[in-house]
Amino acid sequence: MADYDVAIVGGGLLGSAFGWGMARAGQSCVVFDEGDNAIRTARGNFGLVWVQGKGAGMPAYAAWSMKSTQLWSGFAAELQDSTGMDLHYVKGGYDIAADEEEYRQSISRLQQIQDEMGSGAYTYEILDNAQLKSVMPLIGDIPGAIYTEHDGHCNPLTLLRALHQDMQKRGAQYRPNSPVTEVRQQTGGGYELVDQAGQIVASAARVVISAGHGSTRLAEPLGIDLPIYADQGQVLVSEKVAPIMQYPTTGVRQTDNGSFLLGVSSKDVGLDTRTDLTTLAGIAKRCIRIFPFLARLRLQRAWGALRVMTPDGCPVYQQSATYPGVFSFACHSGVTLAACHALEVTKWIMDGDIPAAFEVFHPRRFHV
Amino acid sequence: MFKRIGKNEQQVTFEFLHRTVIAREGDTIAAALLAAGILEFRQAPEDQSRRGPYCMIGNCFECLVQIEGLGSRQACRERVRNGMRVKPHRGRIELEEHDET
Repeated sequence: MADYDVAIVGGGLLGSAFGWGMARAGQSCVVFDEGDNAIRTARGNFGLVWVQGKGAGMPAYAAWSMKSTQLWSGFAAELQDSTGMDLHYVKGGYDIAADEEEYRQSISRLQQIQDEMGSGAYTYEILDNAQLKSVMPLIGDIPGAIYTEHDGHCNPLTLLRALHQDMQKRGAQYRPNSPVTEVRQQTGGGYELVDQAGQIVASAARVVISAGHGSTRLAEPLGIDLPIYADQGQVLVSEKVAPIMQYPTTGVRQTDNGSFLLGVSSKDVGLDTRTDLTTLAGIAKRCIRIFPFLARLRLQRAWGALRVMTPDGCPVYQQSATYPGVFSFACHSGVTLAACHALEVTKWIMDGDIPAAFEVFHPRRFHV
Repeated sequence: MFKRIGKNEQQVTFEFLHRTVIAREGDTIAAALLAAGILEFRQAPEDQSRRGPYCMIGNCFECLVQIEGLGSRQACRERVRNGMRVKPHRGRIELEEHDET
């Protein structure tokens, strides 16, 4: 007999969404997390709940992101009711282009995604400078933006805290500072999880590996191919300003506590979270072109974080072929997909089967 | 609460709100205020709770003050100067009033 129905390795946004969804469904479950020295992708993200631009060439990912944002309001409300924490989820968002080239690219990408999805559900609105200015008076001399009602933002740190608190309230075990170094098959069924000292720390009928950059070394011995790499993004944070911007944009958003967050960058530098002046200056320059008022604000800090990136930017969802009941999930959109992960993917884990419609997310797509 | 070690350093005086604070040359604003028994540097904009330095090494941003009218400054990273005027940082700034400073 295993200790738990499900053991989840990783306490970030994926693992916590799974743990919460499992506990909510009445499954006994344990979530293993590392300590603060681990690479904490869930503590470094920008906080967008975002659809537009995702899934060009992979309509299933666009549909999946859209589905998650449709579930998000109910998901957030349920978490808020149970924890009393306000996730500050606001729906509606703009992809603002800093120049003509960006504008053309964004528009043609959305057109492509809409064509590939072949449904009327993927709606968006193209705004030129004057149209955008009427709803966002603070913009500068830039070509325009694309608005969708599907996009939005939230406080991602509150989301993580709410998931941790509420999954424990619902009976899940959360074990911080508990790195798992090996998952192995038990004689008589199920799996056991082993720590650095070689001790068995738990056994479970099913195991989910969703430990971000820590997943690869766990998954490899189980015959799971996990093609992920670290994509570094840097973020600048301004002093706190009285609320003037309700809706997020791809590069700039005002948080619920008043700070402006400025992004976005992308660099392949391995497991390195250090910021650098060239990247930060590039971010600031682009954001100021879009919103000139930002130049008047004092910056307070900056950080670097590491997205869990796949070669095509889409999620990797799989069950081990040789070790049934061992799942591995990885993606960079932990905030956006939190609702789908908590409410949909947990069903797959309980069923022991990833539905055929989601086979497209198997990493075998990289080996055609 | 805090006791100074050593003595005879050069004195510097500056203003915090309407109070004259005597500091030592080389003090950071945060160290000088704490030595003078001032623990509350500002109120948090979220809940008006009283805030003061936590880390003293530039990381926590709890010690924010307004220096010569310029807000969002870290008191632990700025040294006192004679005659300097310091005030508590005032929570969330308004964009318009920011222009005037």
